[in-house]
Amino acid sequence: MNAAHAIEMHGIVKRFGNFCALDEVELEVKKGSIHAILGENGAGKTTLMNILYGLYDYNKGQILVHGKEVHFKSPRDAIHAGIGMVHQHFKLIEPYTVLQNIVLGYEKKGLFGFIDYRKARKEIEALIKAYHFKIDLDAKVRDISVGMQQRVEIVKALYRGADILIFDEPTAVLTPQEIHELTGCMKNMTEEGKTVIIITHKLEEITQCASRCTIIRRGKFITEVAVDGCDTKKLASLMVGREVNFSVKKQKKAGTEPMFEIRNLTVEDRQGICRLSDLSLEVHHGEIVGIAGVDGNGQQELFEAISSLIMVKSGTITIHSKEIQNTDPKTMLENGITVIPEDRQKDGLVLDFTVAENLISQNLSAPQFSRHGFLKKPEIMASSAALIEKYDIRPSGCSALKCRALSGGNQQKVIIARAIARNPDLIIAVQPTRGMDVGAIEFVHKALIEEREKGKGILLISLDLDEILKLSDRVAIISSGHITGVFDAQDADKGKIGTLMVGGKN
Amino acid sequence: MNMEKLIKIQLTNIILATVVGFILGGIVLVLTGYNPLEAYGALFSGIFSKPKYIAQVVIKSTPIILTGLSFLVAFKSGLFNMGAEGQYLTGSIVAAIVGSKLDFPGGIHFLAVVVSAVTASALLGAVIGILKTKWGVNEVISCIMFNWFLLYLNNYLITTPWLKKPNAEASYEIHETAWSLVAGKWKTTEKGIAALSGSGSPFAEMLLRTDLNYGIVIAVIVAVIIYILYKKTTTGYRLQSVGANINASRLSGIPVEKNIICAMALSAAISGLAGALTITGMMPHRLSQLRVHEGYGFSGIAVALIGANSPIGCIFSGLFYSMLEYGSSSIQSKTGAASEIMDLVIGTIIFFIAISSLFRIVLKKKKGESKHE
Repeated sequence: MNAAHAIEMHGIVKRFGNFCALDEVELEVKKGSIHAILGENGAGKTTLMNILYGLYDYNKGQILVHGKEVHFKSPRDAIHAGIGMVHQHFKLIEPYTVLQNIVLGYEKKGLFGFIDYRKARKEIEALIKAYHFKIDLDAKVRDISVGMQQRVEIVKALYRGADILIFDEPTAVLTPQEIHELTGCMKNMTEEGKTVIIITHKLEEITQCASRCTIIRRGKFITEVAVDGCDTKKLASLMVGREVNFSVKKQKKAGTEPMFEIRNLTVEDRQGICRLSDLSLEVHHGEIVGIAGVDGNGQQELFEAISSLIMVKSGTITIHSKEIQNTDPKTMLENGITVIPEDRQKDGLVLDFTVAENLISQNLSAPQFSRHGFLKKPEIMASSAALIEKYDIRPSGCSALKCRALSGGNQQKVIIARAIARNPDLIIAVQPTRGMDVGAIEFVHKALIEEREKGKGILLISLDLDEILKLSDRVAIISSGHITGVFDAQDADKGKIGTLMVGGKN
Repeated sequence: MNMEKLIKIQLTNIILATVVGFILGGIVLVLTGYNPLEAYGALFSGIFSKPKYIAQVVIKSTPIILTGLSFLVAFKSGLFNMGAEGQYLTGSIVAAIVGSKLDFPGGIHFLAVVVSAVTASALLGAVIGILKTKWGVNEVISCIMFNWFLLYLNNYLITTPWLKKPNAEASYEIHETAWSLVAGKWKTTEKGIAALSGSGSPFAEMLLRTDLNYGIVIAVIVAVIIYILYKKTTTGYRLQSVGANINASRLSGIPVEKNIICAMALSAAISGLAGALTITGMMPHRLSQLRVHEGYGFSGIAVALIGANSPIGCIFSGLFYSMLEYGSSSIQSKTGAASEIMDLVIGTIIFFIAISSLFRIVLKKKKGESKHE
């Protein structure tokens, strides 16, 4: 027992049926520090934090908060003890405004039992100011970007008086600038005596902001290290249990005719506000084109316009000189484009369907999988088993498992396996590695590069600038719905790209 | 968790809920001054003591098995079909018209009645689907509006000289060629009556005393077809996929609007079939004045729920529901306790089945079985 520790977890054991998710895990977090928890997808980090937050019960072990033993029965108890959590998948109510979401469950009532929004607004605005967030309190959550939704979650936790904050993959959706701001915020918080725990796969961030780091591998506690004495390579090998190769090999391709072209694309939203203006772009065979930009600058609309989820006002989208704008996703698929959408649970998978069923969702009518409208179960299962093996989707042999039971990273692998198995000419990948660990990211990157080597075109839309620079042959910067610059990735200068991303001149 | 285990759990839930329902009904009986054992004894003897009672239960289960399937089909595609009443009426109105106004040989006439009734209600369902997909009209609202529209259409039609039978508050009967009774013609002939009453076998009694008809066979066939549709076909895959995640389905190239319209049409068609089979299979084989809806639609929701949203489950839950409903009248006649006591029992059962799935979700959350990370 040590009062200098905000959190202590000793010998935590958690079993799901026969599966042991956590086996004697140890965690000690110093008060007023930033503590990182590192581990692969499915290693048990989130489970550990869900136990701390009172979401899951545990089979064995001891938890101490500020030196006092606790046993949380629900998140309510945890919140009461000053613990706040920002989940990887946000727990927000979409049709409510930001303000309503923040006060929800913590409403302070004024006269006659009405919610005192004015008082709440004042308090929240003070918080927002103190931590330099940019949030529109009156916007509806369904209308704001993923990045902003996360900020809402953070403010929500702070508003509930949290002094220990758990961040589950906080930077996965943020731009470099936003990440920089967030690390600043975290440091501010610790200076004010708050304790921060972050679960992350991004090793640079650990070295940048955390002081100590606990490493978990396959449910087992590996070690706790001081971050100062470590470089990212050492952390990565501790996490994965083997050496990790960070750089991907790319071969320069000779220029060819563009296979995919976007010409003067203009898209307006329902209110008539221009979301994409006069946007032009091309992708060649064997080329990865990265779209870099700050969240909410038209990336989502670009993706939706290509897949005909929204109507294009003017301009053309052509693949192999066939126009596909304002058609439907089916036409897009039939013309050799597949997509890896950003929100894998909302747009990617049917969570209540099995892995095998999800893997065929774009190929239902293919003679390989159905005849006269009847599904060929044995062939579907065989193809699924092969893809699970090839893409290392865990747990192995999960064909008959519902996708809901898979971890986020493995759900993403299902989507990627499905996309590539179609043998498309062009892959539109939106944030393909969001929330994944280095091992899995390496895997996804390799898969994309492999497709590129086969002569496929890839349009990579990502908020992670490092990812874009690492994979792309050419980088296009999007700002306010317009392409403000295109570079060869070799000549790209991070500073210049950063300026263009926020709307500066080239 | 494997399928077998899941079914077992669902079955345990249903049995538990049933026990709780009967206990609660028993308590109310005691409080109102009746002996629950006597009342339940009357209930069960009212169901099982004579072959004709059992036949009645089966006959009355046909429409609610179908409306249950109808609700299930819509629900699998993410739709809430509150319009089974109206679709049922569509089926029965068309059945009554085709059955009484047209002439075909036996058998073919029955087919013509069923096909036209099913087509008409499928079209109604398609309209509801189109209203939803094209103009965003919530299906619950349009369904309820159609329910009342069809109720009054029914009442209006049977006042028109074209359809009204003179000296009756009802339409003309459909022709015997369109009936779906088992041995319908023969059993009313003198020879038939003589043969049946002389034989003394329980089946003969069923034939003689009830409207035993082929409806239940058709309902079971429909349930099996729906089961195969969802288990084995691409169409079933698409229909369910749209219900489970509309965004992911759209992005996978599944035409979601088309599937929603199809699901609603199929759902309505099955309710329409229920209406048609009631007209062809049961006395008085005609439309009558309706003050309120007959309740088949809402019973269907209960049947689908008790049947754990499984097509095969609907057969059994439909029979179960019909059993309690039919048996309740003997409670009243034999012990004097209000037959509504069975409504209370059924309500309690549904309530506890709904709660038990809630319990399961909570339990699962706590154990963290929903996610392995």
